[in-house]
Amino acid sequence: MGIDLGQPQAQSVRSDEDVVRVRQLVRAVAVASKLSLVDQTKLVTAASELARNTLVYGGGGSVEVTVVDNGRRKGVQIVFADSGPGIADLDLAMTDGYTSGGGLGLGLSGSRRLVDEFQIETSPETGTRITVTKWSR
Amino acid sequence: MERVPILKIGDILLVSIQLDMSDQTAVQLQEALAERIVDTGCHGVIIDITALDIVDSFVGRMLSTIASISKVLDAETVVVGMRPAVAITLVELGLSLNGIRTALNVERGMELIAAAHADELDYQLDDDPDAETARP
Repeated sequence: MGIDLGQPQAQSVRSDEDVVRVRQLVRAVAVASKLSLVDQTKLVTAASELARNTLVYGGGGSVEVTVVDNGRRKGVQIVFADSGPGIADLDLAMTDGYTSGGGLGLGLSGSRRLVDEFQIETSPETGTRITVTKWSR
Repeated sequence: MERVPILKIGDILLVSIQLDMSDQTAVQLQEALAERIVDTGCHGVIIDITALDIVDSFVGRMLSTIASISKVLDAETVVVGMRPAVAITLVELGLSLNGIRTALNVERGMELIAAAHADELDYQLDDDPDAETARP
């Protein structure tokens, strides 16, 4: 997969196979940005959880992966966007073990622990948009 | 949809996951494995995840479920070959892999299953009321 790191990489999330494609895209960008092996693994795992949420709870959406630079360090930023029903109780949704679906309830809370920055915007009108960033050490 | 092959080696079923599985493939593996345990009467399942570069909560749950199902079907499951970075990530994610036995490689996994099965046979012999009355 030839990747132009100067450009954001987009992947739609409409099926199970798309979640696999998101993992592969994030891995390729993380490797190209020289994240350590453990950081790559954490970021790809977080991306897998969040992309699955986009599909299962958001009814599908899109993922965008961008290489970012804060002047001191490089990193990888991923945005997960859906136009689903939004998350009614965000505090509850961020609690370990809470699930409104059939999962383990680790997707949101667990993936937040795996990244350096985690932002979430959600409403019934606009759906859910989660932005995560992992910086190189 | 791709399928994960299940190999029978003696009394053990060996599953070596070599692809980045979709959730559907993982569920299919779970069902296929339950059928193979019953069909073959195997007492051990080894799941080799050497090739997996991540285990997320879905695959983690699949491993736990396979372990529980095989237990009910009289088979012991051992997960082998977990990469260090995967182990670190799993712990941080908060996944405890309940009820799953692990070993560093296939060989140790086979030893673990052989030992577990031998223990169980001993236990059954000790517990057998006929064996008890047959003793002088």
